[in-house]
Amino acid sequence: MATDGYLLELRHISQVYGSGEQKFTAIRDVDLALKDGEFAALIGPTGCGKSTLLRIITGLQTPTSGQVLYRGKPLVGVNPHATIVFQTFALFPWLTVLENVEVALKARSVPPKLRVSRALDLLDRVGLDGFETAYPRELSGGMLQKVGFARAMAVEPELLCLDEPFSSLDVLSAESLKGELLELWTTGHIPTRAILMATHNIEEAVFLADRIIVMDKDPGRVIMNLKVDLAHPRNRKDHHFLEVVDRVYMVLAGQTLPEHLELGTAPGEPGRTRALPHINIDDLTGLLEYLDTIPNHRADIYALASELQINSDELLRLIEAAELLGFVNVAHGDITLNPLGETFSEASIRSRKEIFATRIRRLPIFKWLLNLLRSSGRKQLEWDVVQTALGLEFHEEEAQRQLDTAIDWGRYAEILAYDDSSEILYLEPGGN
Amino acid sequence: MDRILRIFRFGQPLRPQVTWGDVVVLLGLAAFIYGAVRLGMDAPAVVQGPEINLAPGFLPHYAGLSLGRMFAAYLLSILFSLVFGYVASRSAGAERILIPLFDVLQSIPILSFLPVALLTFSAILPLGVAVELSSIVLIFTSQAWNLAFAWYQSLTTIPRTLQRASVMLRFNAWLRFKTLELPFAGVSLIWNSMASWAGGWFFLMAAEIFSAGERNFRLPGLGAYLQEAANQGDLRAIAYGLTALILIIVILDQLVWRPLIAWSNRFTMQMVSSDDPPTSWFYNVLRNAASVQFVHRALHRPLMERLDAWLIRVLPARGAIGGPPRSRAWLRVGLGFAILAVILGGVYLCGRMLLGVSLTQWGQIAVGLGMTLLRVLASLAIALGWTIPAGVLIGTSPRLSAWLQPLAQIAASIPATALFPILLLLVVNLPGGLNLAAVLLMLLGTQWYLLFNIIAGASAIPRDLQSIASLLQLRRWERWRVLILPAIFPYTVTGALAASGGAWNASVVAEYTQFGGRTLQTTGVGALIAEATAQGDYPLLLAATLSLILTVIIINRLVWRRLYRLAEERYRLD
Repeated sequence: MATDGYLLELRHISQVYGSGEQKFTAIRDVDLALKDGEFAALIGPTGCGKSTLLRIITGLQTPTSGQVLYRGKPLVGVNPHATIVFQTFALFPWLTVLENVEVALKARSVPPKLRVSRALDLLDRVGLDGFETAYPRELSGGMLQKVGFARAMAVEPELLCLDEPFSSLDVLSAESLKGELLELWTTGHIPTRAILMATHNIEEAVFLADRIIVMDKDPGRVIMNLKVDLAHPRNRKDHHFLEVVDRVYMVLAGQTLPEHLELGTAPGEPGRTRALPHINIDDLTGLLEYLDTIPNHRADIYALASELQINSDELLRLIEAAELLGFVNVAHGDITLNPLGETFSEASIRSRKEIFATRIRRLPIFKWLLNLLRSSGRKQLEWDVVQTALGLEFHEEEAQRQLDTAIDWGRYAEILAYDDSSEILYLEPGGN
Repeated sequence: MDRILRIFRFGQPLRPQVTWGDVVVLLGLAAFIYGAVRLGMDAPAVVQGPEINLAPGFLPHYAGLSLGRMFAAYLLSILFSLVFGYVASRSAGAERILIPLFDVLQSIPILSFLPVALLTFSAILPLGVAVELSSIVLIFTSQAWNLAFAWYQSLTTIPRTLQRASVMLRFNAWLRFKTLELPFAGVSLIWNSMASWAGGWFFLMAAEIFSAGERNFRLPGLGAYLQEAANQGDLRAIAYGLTALILIIVILDQLVWRPLIAWSNRFTMQMVSSDDPPTSWFYNVLRNAASVQFVHRALHRPLMERLDAWLIRVLPARGAIGGPPRSRAWLRVGLGFAILAVILGGVYLCGRMLLGVSLTQWGQIAVGLGMTLLRVLASLAIALGWTIPAGVLIGTSPRLSAWLQPLAQIAASIPATALFPILLLLVVNLPGGLNLAAVLLMLLGTQWYLLFNIIAGASAIPRDLQSIASLLQLRRWERWRVLILPAIFPYTVTGALAASGGAWNASVVAEYTQFGGRTLQTTGVGALIAEATAQGDYPLLLAATLSLILTVIIINRLVWRRLYRLAEERYRLD
């Protein structure tokens, strides 16, 4: 097996948290292989386990089951040939830029003189010469991430893992940093043999990577591998480029299913309970109103992201919500506002709430919640009771988020009320 | 503001519920106090105190002694905190016991241990050493918990990404400590050290002036000097003593704490530079001094480099997060049972000794608790009465706070116990004498907690809300009801919580004292404890101390914590 040339291989990796009824599968049965010389991107919605997977690959975390092979050998402990660049930089705020890079070498017992010269050289390469004595708080996000890259390079990793490295940067810094990363990578100025980048920005993945690994959540799993055969530098307006972006969106947005499948089942019943996407209702109405203004009420999903200037993760969640409420239809990477959605976006505030109320009453999770409230003695329930009941379908954090979202939607629709100080949920009078 | 506030709000409650850990802790405490009292039974009936010389020439000597005790206790506290913070943050089992333990110890009136500690140590050690040691141990018990908490809390709140980064970078235990844990905890440790020192002075003074009946436990030091001066009515010596005390506190502040704070500013996690970083003239002098830089370059840095290199070589790097499986489970279980057996045995013996306390004595304890509670409430009411208007006034007026704050800070820095003999001198002949002095002492010790918290609360009221209140033309009372009182509520509760703790603490010293060759006492649980010490009534001493501790804990849990939670959930403005 060691001769197949893979740098990294994951076999049947699963990660399960909790136990018993509260068991929650973060990652199920992931197989993945990374070749020498490959730049791959992991993409998928929030909660699909991208970051967990990166931690497993670097050895920061041991999976519940499955095997990690590095150069054909099972990985034990932290992988000495790999490193991570973190989304939040993870720099030590009390060390200077130089010291932050130096400390990586110090931990590997590199003598002081050599340490300083190598650190200076690395900072030079990422374009930070002159900032050696600055403290992180004096630098902008883009520069901080450059320090993060320099520190990662200091240990000369063969495998470089990037955990959403650009998502806390502003657009321009992210742009320039991506360019510099590509330059270092394509010119072979760094000893790195492979890069694996987790991201939820589809365009970014297509811009940088040779291969895109698409994941989905509940449970986290790989649903597609897509090669990107485009030469660098890639042009974002190029139609080949847009085609690939469109394909990824198509896979991630899926397609509107027949109603009974789209809605799922109520908590506690057999079958999967459809989770409510955690969105802001104002954003949803904004999206519907926008669709209402364009000809044919139809748009390419990938084009929407840049048009509305929101990231793809957020957009996909909004679309999911609109789909669930029956305001839009999604097929082949296109989104279409249907007559109901049209009515909603053109209605007054009052009637919008009424439409919204009738729509969410169809959702099994709301039917279940309203029934629960009606059958309770005083038509009210404590937050904790409902959360515990939801805990049978979702893990704790998600159950809390589901209830948060349900209350938010229910309040907007004026069918639910919630008193935060007593943490009690009750039916809005006249709203049953 | 931030600076003084942080010293005056230590001892905040962390956990709302009562757990089984609390029960074990309380029982353990009872067993422990029983053990101490049992040992104390062999204490000599007469304890000779030292002669105190009022000549000003002796002051540096006394000041040095007081400072030395403080320093010894502080060192002990730091060592203790480092070890216990690590243990509590690494082992879930230890955490379940240690955290409630610190929590309880932090909120009980440690000063009520003073008589027990003095008796115990004088029973097992030569007299000179005993009193010194018990004062150091007592100061330690007043300093260690908040430091240990601060260290533990820092260890458990280090951001996950920094932890992962340090595993990824293959840090070993030493690099982790030096690069991650210590810097992350640095700011909090320094602030808590300042709070510990402030608390320590309070206890040191009390330990230096404590005497009961034939037992004179006084220590040569500034506190004893002040008491002797007040005893003789020597106003000049009082002035000398107070000046020396204030001078020490100010010098420590200028030469130690402020430089440390200015230096530690780089250890804040904030990723933006603050507009108004703390400064210190002494720190600037040091930083720019050529000699200091030379020592740093020529000595400190190479030595550190050597130390790092050596420690990195000998200590292995840590592996994946999650760690190795727990081993030696049977050892833990065995140890747990052994400790439990000791505790239960202690509790049993403690119960037997308590059976020796007569019903009348229990009655006395109840009455004493009631009286002390009334005094605590009175001092709290007086403190609230003047600090709310004054604090709001100062907090909302930058001009007033500019010159009143420094004054208040100096006044607050004098340990109230040092002022007690002087207070007595003033009020001993008034009607209500000691009773009045006791309330005043409690007030002196506690009002600052309230004042500084309320100033902070008032100055934190957002300008927008103040403007809208003016635009709505709210009447004065409406303005207080709608805006000011709710806004300062969390701060007031925090202040009052610390204040009531301080007031209970003072009761032992305040209610029973020897002055001008007379024994003065008033009805109260503190007086009972001191009296029991004087007469060698050990069952009463045990019963009274335990009752006091239990009462304070119950009040804390039932009243303060609820208020505190309400404040946190409802009235936080940020």
